[in-house]
Amino acid sequence: MSTRWSRKDLLGLRELSAEEISFILETTDAFKQVGTREIKKVPALRGKTLVNFFVEPSTRTRTSFELAAFRLSADVINISATTSSLTKGETLKDTARNLEALHADILVLRHSSAGAPQFLGNRLKASVINAGDGAHEHPTQALLDLYTIREKRGKIAGLHVVIIGDILFSRVARSNIFGLVKLGARVTLVGPSTLLPREFEKLGVEVSYKIDNVLPNADVVNLLRIQHERQRKEYFPGIGEYTRFFGLTKERAKLLKPDCLIMHPGPINRGVEIDSEVADGLQSVILDQVTNGLAVRMAVLYLCGGIATT
Amino acid sequence: MSVIIIRNGRVIDPANKRDEIVDLLIIDGKIAPLSQFSDFNSQPEEIDASNLIVAPGLIDMHVHLREPGFGHKETIESGARSAAAGGFTTIVCMPNTSPVADTPSTIAWIKERAAAAACVNVLPTGAISKNISGAELGPIGSLAQAGVVAITDDGHCIQNNELMRRAVEYARMVGVPVLDHCQDYNLVGNGVVHEGYWSTLLGLPGWPSAGEESIVARNILLAGLCDHPIHCQHVSTAGSVRLLREARGRGVKITGEVCPHHIALTDEAIQNFNTNYKMNPPLRAQADVDALLEGIADGTLSILASDHAPHADFEKEVEFDAAPFGIIGLETELGLFLDLLVHKQRKIDIARLIEIYTVEPARLLKINAGTLSTGAPADVTLIDPHLEWTVKIDKFESASRNSPFDGWKLRGRAVRTIVGGRTVWKL
Repeated sequence: MSTRWSRKDLLGLRELSAEEISFILETTDAFKQVGTREIKKVPALRGKTLVNFFVEPSTRTRTSFELAAFRLSADVINISATTSSLTKGETLKDTARNLEALHADILVLRHSSAGAPQFLGNRLKASVINAGDGAHEHPTQALLDLYTIREKRGKIAGLHVVIIGDILFSRVARSNIFGLVKLGARVTLVGPSTLLPREFEKLGVEVSYKIDNVLPNADVVNLLRIQHERQRKEYFPGIGEYTRFFGLTKERAKLLKPDCLIMHPGPINRGVEIDSEVADGLQSVILDQVTNGLAVRMAVLYLCGGIATT
Repeated sequence: MSVIIIRNGRVIDPANKRDEIVDLLIIDGKIAPLSQFSDFNSQPEEIDASNLIVAPGLIDMHVHLREPGFGHKETIESGARSAAAGGFTTIVCMPNTSPVADTPSTIAWIKERAAAAACVNVLPTGAISKNISGAELGPIGSLAQAGVVAITDDGHCIQNNELMRRAVEYARMVGVPVLDHCQDYNLVGNGVVHEGYWSTLLGLPGWPSAGEESIVARNILLAGLCDHPIHCQHVSTAGSVRLLREARGRGVKITGEVCPHHIALTDEAIQNFNTNYKMNPPLRAQADVDALLEGIADGTLSILASDHAPHADFEKEVEFDAAPFGIIGLETELGLFLDLLVHKQRKIDIARLIEIYTVEPARLLKINAGTLSTGAPADVTLIDPHLEWTVKIDKFESASRNSPFDGWKLRGRAVRTIVGGRTVWKL
């Protein structure tokens, strides 16, 4: 194992250095190449057990981790909130300790509470990978976003990345902010004032409420989904008004530079934050993000799993 | 006949404006004039208080003893021992138990348990609303007759301003003050930490300052309207301090209280998601801490209390969102306030600190405590203001361990606690 990686857990991008983030992206290059081979499987984690522990629903991220683990030859168990004993009153700590007693080596955790991965990472010998915790962090999503930008534009430093939507409740936004700022990008956040408090400026980014002023200067736009499930009604007047003020409509997309990338972590709400034609257009790299997500997660599992078991 | 003489201590008795090095005589559990000492032949118990402060027994008017109902967190017995170890001879317990202390029979049960098992004086409060649900008034008059020293829905806050108004008006008739946990439920929502830089960074739901201040403002208006005291518990924001300062300047019967954690810590402490930094109201920003310190210095905030809130390890050792609010404080509060307010920040002197812990709550609650007057119950706290010590939670008398102050080095603490002439704890 390289001396450039020494963590058993991936909890968030805030705690990583620029060098550590770059190292994950470099490692991803190797695993992306594996995906193009006829035999897409390597023995890196053979004999290791990975538990996908999803205490909040997810299809895309869970499937991506599962496939990544298969390709690394790990054994995989999936546990979701409805099948876990959390519904019987067992605490997160006890459930996790039981999984560890079964010699799970890697725990991939999706949880509705910010900090849940830190909580487990501090208590378990197993490697803990954050697959999204509340509105806190979603590090592998941000890493795949960074990887996709680097792949398509050849660099990250100096680019102007615009993140649009529900920033307040978005773990994707936070992880992207931490990663992009560390790697030298200029970041502008755009969204309704209720979902984008000025406090965000203290994280080293710009805040704007006027999307039409920002789009012409963007090298990348990353659109976030409006998270109905996290919000109380008071945050904005309605979906129609949201689209009118912040949706990436066909008309608005014309403001973009021709080489500006359009990204979205999914799932997409067509016609809400992005017009259907724009999502499927030439500037969209939304499906490349999904492909890269697999390689990024292979890299993360390989790096952290290697530390946890050495 | 029992005779105790406390020798050579610095007696600070703010109720009688005394501050002098003098002996203190206790006869049969009451403070006696020194002139009576020579009358006795029997050998008195002598306590050497050289280099110590001899203070009236301290009062903490905001404590959760958890009984009835939550004996796994704390009992009246263990909570009282914890109080004694912190230098407190009188504690006021909150009514959010199970059942809620909203009937005379529950108050009677608490008093009975306290008489049987507590080594310090335990004074109960009663709920303002039935089952502290904020929907209809509890039997405030009957609770007063049963001996509550105040009414409060602590832990909850009555949102209906009309109901609160009638509660305060009715409390005036029966002569009990109203204590309020100030929290606007709509503004606060599911907030768990101060809304500001750290909540933004960590994605934890924010608890905005305005959620406290709007209720402090409401209480100022109602205290004025009803001409009856309302006490704002655990004040945490700069805005609340401004509101209270203005209102008290006009003579409104409104008071405010500060807990040690709100001046010892800021919201920066939450960054590792340690639930021993989760309390309600939450840890605030440095500007709020500074405002609280000024408020204590200029008398705007006239009460100090712990909001001692015991929780079992298994309850606190969960996800941050899921953890209960609150920390224990009886055994660290005097040390923290001496260290921070008196020694480090020099906001008040030790005589004022003792006044805040004795005269102020005794006056607010109209109780016979907090004085070394002749004939008063011999509740006495001996304090070594310069003793350096390290907080060790595994040595606590409390049944719970949920404190963020483990390992803190503090200067000053109680070294002996005397209740009714009997030493109930000593270092």
